[in-house]
Amino acid sequence: MALEKFEKINSSAVPVATENVDTDQIIPARFLKATTREGFGENLFRDWRYDANGNEIPEFPLNNKKYSGTILVAGKNFGCGSSREHAAWAVHDYGFKVVVSSFFADIFRNNCLNNGVLPVQISVAFAEKVFAAIAADPNAQFEADLVAQTFTISSTGESTSFDISPYKKECLQNGYDDIDYLISLKDKIGEYEAQA
Amino acid sequence: MEAKTLFDKIWDAHVVSEIEGGPSAIYIDCHLIHEVTSPQAFAGLEKRGAKIHRPDKTFATPDHNVPTENQHLPIKDALSKFQVDKLTENCEKHGVTLYGLNHPYQGVVHVVGPQLGLTQPGMTIVCGDSHTSTHGAFGAIAFGIGTSEVEMVLASQCIMQPKPKKMRITVNGELGAGVTSKDLVLYIIAKVTAGGGTGYFIEYAGTAFKNLSMEGRMTVCNMSIEMGARGGLIAPDQTTFDYVKGREKAPQGADFDKAVEEWKKLTTDDGAVFDKELEFDAADIEPMITYGTNPGMGTKIKSSIPALSEIEVSEQESFQKSMNYMGFSDGDALVGKPIDFVFVGSCTNGRIEDLREVANYVKGKQKADNITAWIVPGSKQVEKQAQDEGLVEVLEAAGFELRQPGCSACLAMNDDKIPAGKYAVSTSNRNFEGRQGPGSRTLLASPLTAAAVAVAGKIVDPREIVNA
Repeated sequence: MALEKFEKINSSAVPVATENVDTDQIIPARFLKATTREGFGENLFRDWRYDANGNEIPEFPLNNKKYSGTILVAGKNFGCGSSREHAAWAVHDYGFKVVVSSFFADIFRNNCLNNGVLPVQISVAFAEKVFAAIAADPNAQFEADLVAQTFTISSTGESTSFDISPYKKECLQNGYDDIDYLISLKDKIGEYEAQA
Repeated sequence: MEAKTLFDKIWDAHVVSEIEGGPSAIYIDCHLIHEVTSPQAFAGLEKRGAKIHRPDKTFATPDHNVPTENQHLPIKDALSKFQVDKLTENCEKHGVTLYGLNHPYQGVVHVVGPQLGLTQPGMTIVCGDSHTSTHGAFGAIAFGIGTSEVEMVLASQCIMQPKPKKMRITVNGELGAGVTSKDLVLYIIAKVTAGGGTGYFIEYAGTAFKNLSMEGRMTVCNMSIEMGARGGLIAPDQTTFDYVKGREKAPQGADFDKAVEEWKKLTTDDGAVFDKELEFDAADIEPMITYGTNPGMGTKIKSSIPALSEIEVSEQESFQKSMNYMGFSDGDALVGKPIDFVFVGSCTNGRIEDLREVANYVKGKQKADNITAWIVPGSKQVEKQAQDEGLVEVLEAAGFELRQPGCSACLAMNDDKIPAGKYAVSTSNRNFEGRQGPGSRTLLASPLTAAAVAVAGKIVDPREIVNA
């Protein structure tokens, strides 16, 4: 299934600095009852965004009008816990194209990549600078450049590089997904099955 | 010949294709699916006009979202019913074996696989559920995947995966009386932290694991993901072979003997290199409990919650947030804290040995008045066995409410929710905010500790009552 092609994003960012944010926070289990991939954005961070009566919790960054943009800047070990891809769907459906953290949980990272969301892992020190830049100016702009594999604080020009496997990079740039690739391996898979 | 780890031996035998600097296409021997993370994969497959490559290697059971009462009646919750019906429809349409609701084999997917002998040493096993790591107890590479990856397996019986780093955790010595496999793994997670295993696949080695039953080993491997690790595995041995022998989907007769000869080769060679090695002493491990909102926030029951000053400065804010959520203060003693609910069940501790342990403890005793105690067998087969062994009478006499198989209050997708603000001592695997229901407060512990808490009505060290 063709994904949106990804090259470069320039945007302001929304900070959620809490560490060890698990996928139950990103999308609580009671919202997993859908059988499609769409519509999960409205329940992204549901229990942090809304109180028990469904009222917005104004101090939560997603509700704070001063923050906007397609980049989510998260705390360390983001996306740990359950493998639910619904978490990546919720992040994507809400409108984020990039998630920045000093550390990602493995399955969540894979799930993001499989949905055209770029996980940008940066050092703890650089993450602190990013949070500081947003604290100083909620409209601070950032650039996530997939081709150059760099993440830049636009106002200061401070930049850092990030890792991504060449294969996944090519997939994102061209909007390919793994399933097309695996189906193209049919003969090899057949050979493997014959000798196993 | 190059010395290889157990993980390498299994991985290398399953590489179909490698991409320079990228992931490998890994062949999957057994694919387990359930109702919550598979519908979008089937829909994706159909949208591509693709067929399931090997329907004979995928097995389905509904578990996450099923009611645990009146399973013989139509499911009341419309969305849950839709998901369960969708699974049935997809399995029928695509020729996948389904152990549906009311089938004698239905249950929590990670209880069902081993029980039927689907789980075997040397296999690669995946499921759209992070606790797939459970199956590593048999010396298999087993890990949780997302729904796009479920679709990959349906389409090609393969998955694209970068090779993880390897960690070995060695624990030698004997666990003391009242110290169980759950305490062993909670201890390890507390040491490694909730993110310390990320990027690794763990091999558990040493006498502490070798001395465990298969069910105890499953409890340990199950929680590997709670350190962030993709999975954990234990080299198969006679305990493993004895467990697998005679199970329905296992090789039978001469085929079994032949398989065992192969399985015996599944050990880490002397001199094989791990990216990280950790070692702990079994004698240092005591009954454990968690006090915070990730499984790494655990400690010995007899000790206290750490003081704020003991927490790294950068983590103090998250720690404080967690304490506020739990309604605890740093430095609090844990023993004596009142509890409202006890939940025994889940893919971590919903097996027959867990039910036996709880029944053995509560026999002739009564749960405390302030406790609501739910016990949810991991599968129909566990439920039947508990009935046959007379455990059900014992548990009910002690005031436990026995429910029908499913994931239940472990993730509270169904009606089994812990109310907001209430404290639950749970044998499950996650104490995240709201995991057991919005506002619920979870403390993870062993079935033995859960039983002792149910009787005492507050946090107790199970050994003290055991020894009394």
